[in-house]
Amino acid sequence: MPDGSIGTPIKRREDERFLTGAGHYVDDFNRPGQTYAWMVRSSVAHAKIKSVDTSKAEAAPGVVKILTGADWAADGVGGLPCGWQVIGKNETPMHEPPHPALVADKVRHVGDNLAVVIAETKAQARDAAELIEFDLEELPAVVSMASAAADGAILVHEDVPGNLCYDWEIGVKAEVDAVFEKADHVTRLDLINNRLVANPIEPRAALAEYDAAGDHYTLYTTSQNPHVIRLLMGAFVLSIPEHKLRVVAPDVGGGFGTKIYHYAEEAILTWASKKVRRPIKWTADRSDSFMTDAQGRDHVTTGELALDKDGHFLGLRVMTNANMGGYLSTFAPAIPTYLYATLLAGLYKTPAIYCCVKAWFTNTVPVDAYRGAGRPEACYLIERLVEQAARETGIEKTEIRRRNFIAASEMPYQTPVALEYDSGDFIRNLEDGLKLSDYNGFAARRAESEKSGKLRGIGLATYIEACGIAPSAVAGALGARAGLFESAEVRVHPTGSVTVFTGAHQHGQGHETTFAQLVADGLGVPVDNVEIVHGDTDRIQFGMGTYGSRSLAVGGSAIVKAMDKVVEKGKKIAAHLLEASVDDIEFDSGTFRVSGTDRELGIGEIALTAYVPHNYPIDELEPGLDETAFYDPKNFTYPNGCHVAEVEIDPETGVVTLCSFHAVDDFGRIVNPMIVEGQVHGGLVQGIGQALMENCVYDDQGQLITGSFNDYCLPRADDVPSFIVGTNEGAPCTHNPLGVKGCGEAGTIGAGAAVTNAVLDALGTRGIHDIDMPATPQKVWQALQQSNG
Amino acid sequence: MATTTVSMTVNGKKVSAEAENRTLLVQYLREGLGMTGTHVGCDTTQCGACTVHIDGLPIKSCTILARQVEGKDVTTIEGLADGDKLHPMQEAFRENHALQCGFCTPGMVMSAIGIVDRNKASLDEKTVREELEGNFCRCTGYHNIVKAILAAHKEMTA
Repeated sequence: MPDGSIGTPIKRREDERFLTGAGHYVDDFNRPGQTYAWMVRSSVAHAKIKSVDTSKAEAAPGVVKILTGADWAADGVGGLPCGWQVIGKNETPMHEPPHPALVADKVRHVGDNLAVVIAETKAQARDAAELIEFDLEELPAVVSMASAAADGAILVHEDVPGNLCYDWEIGVKAEVDAVFEKADHVTRLDLINNRLVANPIEPRAALAEYDAAGDHYTLYTTSQNPHVIRLLMGAFVLSIPEHKLRVVAPDVGGGFGTKIYHYAEEAILTWASKKVRRPIKWTADRSDSFMTDAQGRDHVTTGELALDKDGHFLGLRVMTNANMGGYLSTFAPAIPTYLYATLLAGLYKTPAIYCCVKAWFTNTVPVDAYRGAGRPEACYLIERLVEQAARETGIEKTEIRRRNFIAASEMPYQTPVALEYDSGDFIRNLEDGLKLSDYNGFAARRAESEKSGKLRGIGLATYIEACGIAPSAVAGALGARAGLFESAEVRVHPTGSVTVFTGAHQHGQGHETTFAQLVADGLGVPVDNVEIVHGDTDRIQFGMGTYGSRSLAVGGSAIVKAMDKVVEKGKKIAAHLLEASVDDIEFDSGTFRVSGTDRELGIGEIALTAYVPHNYPIDELEPGLDETAFYDPKNFTYPNGCHVAEVEIDPETGVVTLCSFHAVDDFGRIVNPMIVEGQVHGGLVQGIGQALMENCVYDDQGQLITGSFNDYCLPRADDVPSFIVGTNEGAPCTHNPLGVKGCGEAGTIGAGAAVTNAVLDALGTRGIHDIDMPATPQKVWQALQQSNG
Repeated sequence: MATTTVSMTVNGKKVSAEAENRTLLVQYLREGLGMTGTHVGCDTTQCGACTVHIDGLPIKSCTILARQVEGKDVTTIEGLADGDKLHPMQEAFRENHALQCGFCTPGMVMSAIGIVDRNKASLDEKTVREELEGNFCRCTGYHNIVKAILAAHKEMTA
């Protein structure tokens, strides 16, 4: 096998430019004659716009153009679209209020977009913005979902009665209610899944340029999916056909979901670039990011688990309120429905499941997918209920899991919530996780901690998730307004090197390395002879981008399909050159061989012949060696695993120290173990952050209290330990050619539940059995005080 | 606002560019000199993506004015490698997969060199983690960054 093939932890090829300051992020680009945009955002959460006077601002030094919501409306451009329509109970479609990029009637959250100032320098634009006079009539704000749902609450959108976007359910309530009537025991929890801010370290940015002579637009943007932006913005907002719109997402500094969406600034800059006839550049300050990047999570849930006297799970009944924020972000409605409720079986054989989800508009920043997107919420609910049920029934928490796990022999397993799991050995992952974390040695470690007056706890999260989205027809049936296939063009050059054009996008995932490994493995071309191209709609045929842990499972599978076509054509060429029947040609590690002989040709010779087709079957075969494939997945993929967290709490201060975190994950086949570990580490810290310190907080006027890193606690290096992580590859995905399941989100899915369960295991020794994330020192200390008093 | 000419040495080369009084060093580098390796990740001096060395000390370039650096000796990420030969810290980051999206990396590497400089005699994981408080990474979870810094320390103090 050539170096760098599947399974080898080769170092990353993209590191060279990142380590030497030679990356090309959007803010690094500059175009001749460029102007700078400053977005004018609302500093109040809810207000009618009575008037806007830009006259003083227009006279300010360096101002080129000022545009407001009235200008946007006057031009008749569309609003920012929602890409997923949820149909609720009684076939009622969700409410879909307009989402203008610049608002003219009302502002609906702090950070809502009032105007854009375009000037010669960013500083001049910012200075001029302060001269714009707004007459805003402040309105009461509905900030919590409870206040939005209250009788007589003020409406965020006039045509959305009661601020209710949709009322959706899965499962048959009456059947599940009947199960609960007969249960020997019911465990019930009221849970909050706290709102988070993704905070990739690169703030969002955009640079738009209009070429008048060619009537052509170019937009550089910090996006995870440039073709999706081209489609949404071109077709639904600005009416620009694809051939006149190039969208480039170059190096992007992290996404975590928040850079999927089509944001106002992309549309505003593109629209304005034609008006000012000069390039326009915009870069968010971190304060901008806090009040405009889509935020994550924000569920309030009541969950009930029905058990028999032997601890078998009979039924799960869930009511979730999900916050949409002030407007529908691009995929928001799908997150608390199809990416959450369909995961409520977890790893368990629970036969009866019902979930109702109500989605609410509030005067807060829009909420959408953030790493894990619905699955951390599902895992948190289930694994909190499981450990609570263990406490209440006296059945040990690993034993109660063993009693209810789906066995590997029961795969494929159809859950009661639509999804069919393909493969997985949950018991094995649990046993490996317990061994790795020395679960049996915990009692001794707890005794040791108690000697110095500390509380020690150990908590698990055994999770499964659905990713590798998605089969297009299934997604469409559930309300998706897009296909979710992926594409790849594998171009073998005349002298044998290879360029792969992929619709996936890397913003940290290392595709330039791992996709090259697929080619080394599939075509026998050394990784150094392979280039991976992504992120430019002018160069790549079409793609849905990177999110939902789909790049290898869907994007990689497209590459495999394209390589299969290359090999198939190569065999025909080889058969001709070797004067054999094509059925007798074998291909292995870059060599085409006549079966049972030593007559062979390398792929390099085949490629050269394809482009210099002199001795060639020209009557049957076109020249060239360049194949495209589009891959539509047959099912979601189902990574799963066992996460174990151990914490020590100082009761004097409430400080929770994470002593260790062990993870055993099933990601199917592993292409680059080094990169997979890195993905897990990153996800773990985001999950730990949610459990212990991160929280996006608004006051009751809708002011964003946590509007900077001063107040939003992002995990730092000394907040977390080093991790011990491993993978089990014994249960590959059964339905994609690589057997991969995806690994990008797993860390966030298990960690929140594992850490919270550990905290409760520690606090349980003092009679505390419930706490909400984040378990900050203040919250823990207060709980301890109350239990003492 | 009026500009003046601000001069300093950057990566061994004498440079000059126009700057307003309020121009931050990071803006001077990125916009005045076109050196985009140093990044801006926040507006409250916490993320550390803008870290450079001034007279050998790691300094957050978003929180110092260009004029304050007049005549001083600045090293940025672009000045670390010696031709094609990476600095041991850069090499250690690559060997240990201590970067993913790369955005925090320039500042992280510059801070990390400072950590090694301050702890030549010995360096442990606890100290590395504490001294990295001023640098955020959202991608790596810090695990491999710590590994890389400890590995580079061995190399740089050998």
